[in-house]
Amino acid sequence: MGILEVRDVSKNFGGLKALSDVNLSVAEGTVHAIIGPNGAGKSTLLNCLVGKLIPDTGSVSFEGQSVLGRKPHEINQMGISRVFQTPEIFGDLSVLENMMIPCFAKRDGAFELNAYGRMMADGEIVERAEHMLEDMNMADKRKMHAASMSRGDKRRLEIGMCLAQEPRLLLLDEPTAGMARADTNNTIDLLKQIKEDRPITIAIIEHDMHVVFSLAERITVLAQGTPLVEDTPANIKGHPKVREAYLGEQSGH
Amino acid sequence: MTDQTIQTISRDPAPTAPAHRAKARESTVLGLTRKDLTLLIVVAILTVFAPFILNPFPADSALAQFNAGYPDLMQRFVIFGIFAIGFNILFGLTGYLSFGHAAFLGVGSFAGVWMFKLLGMNVLYAIVASVAFAGLFSVVVGFVSLRRSGIYFSILTLAFAQMSFALAYSVLTPITGGETGLQLAKTDPRIFGQSIADDGNIPVPSFFGLEMRDSTTLYMGGWEFTLNVGYYLCAVVMLVAFYVAIRIFRSPFAMMLRAVKSNQQRMNYTGLNPKPYMLAAFVISGMYAGLAGGLMVSMDPLAGAERMQWTASGEVVLMTILGGAGTLIGPVLGAGFIKYFENIFSKINQATLEGWFSVFPDGLSDLLVTLVYPFVGKGWHLTLGILFMLVVIFLPGGLVQGGQKLATVFRRDKNANAVEGPAADQRSQAGE
Repeated sequence: MGILEVRDVSKNFGGLKALSDVNLSVAEGTVHAIIGPNGAGKSTLLNCLVGKLIPDTGSVSFEGQSVLGRKPHEINQMGISRVFQTPEIFGDLSVLENMMIPCFAKRDGAFELNAYGRMMADGEIVERAEHMLEDMNMADKRKMHAASMSRGDKRRLEIGMCLAQEPRLLLLDEPTAGMARADTNNTIDLLKQIKEDRPITIAIIEHDMHVVFSLAERITVLAQGTPLVEDTPANIKGHPKVREAYLGEQSGH
Repeated sequence: MTDQTIQTISRDPAPTAPAHRAKARESTVLGLTRKDLTLLIVVAILTVFAPFILNPFPADSALAQFNAGYPDLMQRFVIFGIFAIGFNILFGLTGYLSFGHAAFLGVGSFAGVWMFKLLGMNVLYAIVASVAFAGLFSVVVGFVSLRRSGIYFSILTLAFAQMSFALAYSVLTPITGGETGLQLAKTDPRIFGQSIADDGNIPVPSFFGLEMRDSTTLYMGGWEFTLNVGYYLCAVVMLVAFYVAIRIFRSPFAMMLRAVKSNQQRMNYTGLNPKPYMLAAFVISGMYAGLAGGLMVSMDPLAGAERMQWTASGEVVLMTILGGAGTLIGPVLGAGFIKYFENIFSKINQATLEGWFSVFPDGLSDLLVTLVYPFVGKGWHLTLGILFMLVVIFLPGGLVQGGQKLATVFRRDKNANAVEGPAADQRSQAGE
């Protein structure tokens, strides 16, 4: 039984079948990639996992608990963090403040009316946020306005913010989309490092086969809303069905 | 936002310094950093000496009409200052533009007058009740309005306020006094006080015996300074309200509100529920508005429905933006600025202008009077409107940004960017 279990999930948008009978099991402590051509339903599946969409049928459970019907912030508090395709950070705040917010969320929960405390005097939180920034190699940027950073740094900060919550499952939605090759490689190294340092499970949706084959231990190929095949990277590379689904798109290196 | 940014910048020079050391270095008084404490002390000094500062011209001089140091106007400065400080907690931090805050001011006023009618003339009853009732009312309005954001939120709050105004004006007449407004009467019970004062009149609001209307006038040479009990009560309340606002602005709660403004999506996916944060901010700012309403009736115990009208809600928006949304002192400055215009500029009439320009030859004098007249007297709205446009276009960070720019010029500061950076942030803010 995996940490994340998706059972017979279907989702229709009007007449369009975005997902039909998807079954997926992500084993604890692995890096599991979900790949597939455009329109295969990858993002819809991810949105069903985090509470943004509710599947029409089927069940999604995390560590044995159903996530269906829960709000995004509740699912996050269960231990699932999500990294977006375009980095979603608090642009108006400083980098340090960005990092402090997930630390507060981790300690105080979804709501805490702390209007009497001093933000910068909360030693535990400041220390933890500074520590996370050092981990992410961003300590020198702590006073920067988050919106003014490069895309690669924003991505790094966003991943750091997710990790500050110590999630047990990290969901990444095309983390290297629109990045230069150097930034992509940095992100790959960062994710490898994260995986090495902590017992985390990572589920990654990706288009870039270079990223997928550098990281994934297990790959599910999604096509037209159904899982085509699930296997190890080595087996996926030569799989005829996968080549067929991609129809000439790059299928490995 | 400027305040926070500056605070972050100045906090700690060494990037990798351990946090606990940074914490130990930060000494605070009353939970305020030195910078904030200085601001509070400066505001305190200004409010205490306002009767002198605002009366710079001798009483019999031609410029005496620019004196603003009379009790009625000074009370309005601080009361609207409180109103704007509270509004800024909602608008400045979360970016949610409420167009119905006057409703809370009105509810506070009515609650205050009812306390005078039922309990007694101690302003404490009125102030406590006004805050409580405005708070309760804002829970209801906030719960409904906060289901939407952006323009829809503004429209919902506006609808609520106009609905309250219309109700207060018509069907709720038994509670609100309708068209005539809610007034005190000799027949009111006042169970903890007297229905009729010893002199046979309706008793006046007081604070444990200190009557709000009591004044002492000091004569110094040609100058007259009026020290009024009511003003000083309002001033003390405003300082407390200002202190509370500073504490809120520096708290984790305020950071969550800024997070709501910055990126609600990320906030949701960081395990935080924006709704209760928003509602709390809305209720706090509603209570500030109620407090302002309670003080208003403590100074002059009568309340009318027009206090809830949308123009009154719009006024506090103008005050906040004019002064500088998201800054601590901005809303107070904006409130003072607008109230000064409303009360001083509007009093300049044609005869005054003719007096000023009488030194010129007849034809020129008439021409000048004709040219200037539309901008003063009843035309003060025109002047204010032009000023507001100039501020929004050239100083999107409000008067506070103007002050910072001036300070930069005077210091010939090479690090002009330190001011320009946050100012640029405010540009986008003020544009919303």
